[in-house]
Amino acid sequence: MTTATPAGVWADVVGQPETVATLRAASAAAARIVDGSGSGGMTHSWLFTGPAGSGRSVAARAFAAALQCPRGGCGECADCHTVHAGTHADVHVVVPEGLWIGVKEMRALVRTAARRPSAGRWQVVIVEDADRLTEGAANALLKAVEEPPARTVFLLCAPSTHPDDVPLTLRSRCRVVPLRVPDAAAVAEVLVRRDGIDPAQAAWAAGASQGHVGRARWLARDEQARIRRKAVLDIPLSLRTLADCFAAADELVSSAREEAQTLSRERDEPEAEALRVALGAGGTGKGAAAASRGSAAQLRDLEKRQKLRATRAQRDALDRALVDLAGFYRDALAARSGAAVRLWHSDRDTDVRRLARGLTAEGLLRRLDAVLAARLALELNVKPLVAIEAMTVRLRLP
Amino acid sequence: MTAAESSIVLVHGEEELLRGRAVSAAVAGARRSDPDCDVRELAAAALAPGELFDLLSPSLFGSTRVVAITDAHEAGKDIVGQLLDYARDQLPEIVLVVVHPGGARNKALVDGLRAAGARVVPCPRLTRADERLSFVRSEVRSHGGTIDAAAAAALLDAVGSDLRELAATCGQLVSDTGGRVDLATVQRYHRGRAEVSGFSVADRAVVGDRAGALEALRWALSVGVPHVVVADALADGVRSVGQVASAGRASTAELARALGMPPWKLERARKQARGWSERGLHRAMAVVADLNAEVKGTVADPSYALERAIRLLAEAHAEPAGRR
Repeated sequence: MTTATPAGVWADVVGQPETVATLRAASAAAARIVDGSGSGGMTHSWLFTGPAGSGRSVAARAFAAALQCPRGGCGECADCHTVHAGTHADVHVVVPEGLWIGVKEMRALVRTAARRPSAGRWQVVIVEDADRLTEGAANALLKAVEEPPARTVFLLCAPSTHPDDVPLTLRSRCRVVPLRVPDAAAVAEVLVRRDGIDPAQAAWAAGASQGHVGRARWLARDEQARIRRKAVLDIPLSLRTLADCFAAADELVSSAREEAQTLSRERDEPEAEALRVALGAGGTGKGAAAASRGSAAQLRDLEKRQKLRATRAQRDALDRALVDLAGFYRDALAARSGAAVRLWHSDRDTDVRRLARGLTAEGLLRRLDAVLAARLALELNVKPLVAIEAMTVRLRLP
Repeated sequence: MTAAESSIVLVHGEEELLRGRAVSAAVAGARRSDPDCDVRELAAAALAPGELFDLLSPSLFGSTRVVAITDAHEAGKDIVGQLLDYARDQLPEIVLVVVHPGGARNKALVDGLRAAGARVVPCPRLTRADERLSFVRSEVRSHGGTIDAAAAAALLDAVGSDLRELAATCGQLVSDTGGRVDLATVQRYHRGRAEVSGFSVADRAVVGDRAGALEALRWALSVGVPHVVVADALADGVRSVGQVASAGRASTAELARALGMPPWKLERARKQARGWSERGLHRAMAVVADLNAEVKGTVADPSYALERAIRLLAEAHAEPAGRR
């Protein structure tokens, strides 16, 4: 569509004009329900689907803001700001930090969802990564989605409506909002406008990240991320001997671990310290010792959650690398077939063509398959090093 | 065998059977010199300080008394204090046996008694195979029998490393056979293996020994080794071989550092790497990676998945060298 960039909270929903129109209409209908001037046109449960980086959670948050804002999502009032910051009293966001969202968490959320909104508009529950709901958790949520309280809205986000991602029972009770991969120009535009990134850099990052807004911003801003991407894309042409395969696998896994550790280092210790202080550590005077008794269990609990988070971070980092790698083989396949399509890794044009010359189309396709198989294996909980080594061996050059 | 100089015996070490024997030996020694002696065996944690004081005081009738304090690592502070006080000022008619299972708890008591000149009976855990082997032989000898090396090894395979079980088995075998225990006798009464790890499966599978690996796998599964552990061991075996095979000819120490492998493992992987072709290794790595997913839930029968993987590994091992 050629309309100008949408304003207010919708500005962050990049490259999805149809979706924005749908959500706008729904929030207008919701506003009519609130002031009593009309009914209908609003749905109580929504499912945002789309590939990683298409902005599922961003769209859900924007919609939540539009529901809470008296002006339909102006982006300037207190409601819009607090939703954006994640501090709005009537918007509950579930972000899984580990690999799963458990039933305990979901039950607690369902209880909260049953309350009337405290500010008088809507009670909004956002479940990011609904594909990570366990079976039990999904069933707990289903109960609430089936018969929602009058002023409660559920916004679920998942990669697709495939039963592997979202149980059929939940899916059938939701209105589906499909998001598409935003085109590079839209992503670049957002990077320039919102993050103040230099246009050339933004265009490059948008191209290299295949429409994933968050990743594009990360690539544009973080030198380390650019170095990692380069290391990953150097792999296909470096696999000459079996030893190279082992080395490449080791590097992929250990750099993912490092990435996860950097993240942990930044967050774990401050969190633990804050919890210790909250439990009365370092206090003096009467009763200080008694107050901190029994705090070890809570700290252990926190450590357990932090470990889960680190596992997930490592797996996510590895998955990102594999997506880049898959893109490289896809590019080579496109180049070999002479198709006139834009390359994902257009900055690695010469390398892509070199690889395309050295392998047959079948060989390229087999290697692309190997990368995708490794992604699947990681999802099935195969030991990262084992899965990645099996992959690099299959990627080896003839 | 009463202690000539000190009447305090410190039994110290992790091996429970040996500790029990040391206490019995001390009691038997006291009985030899005084058949009517009074024997008390008490757990340290259940001991009240007054009680211990009573026990360690001279008897009115002058008879010998053996006081055995077991689990001395759990003794309270005052008990430890009393024992150490007594050690400085001991009575000849009392044999005090203090049993401590090793470790850091109440180490001061151990050191104190040792410094006070207590007779120390060490009871360390037997960790090496040859130690267990000599334990079996001495055990059979103490029952008045003989056992040859092959029979002892077979017995260890079949019974495992638990000393108590080994001791009982040795006694039984000697009394069943009348003294001469040989391989045929052991195999007549004992079959199978008590301790099979995933690694014993992997060690056979990576040298292409299909029958041996399958047998080891059955044993491993029947003694309860989890499927995932066996699968991990197989993956580890294959990747060590792959790493060593692809690493070229560096010295052992250098390579061990580069690959982050202990030297003994490297040496073993080197031996195992003979006979593998690169093509075979490629296949093997795919096999173990698939297996890893299979034992984690993608197939209905993980036992079959393991068997199949071992067969495929044997095929991959037989793969001739050549272009991939």
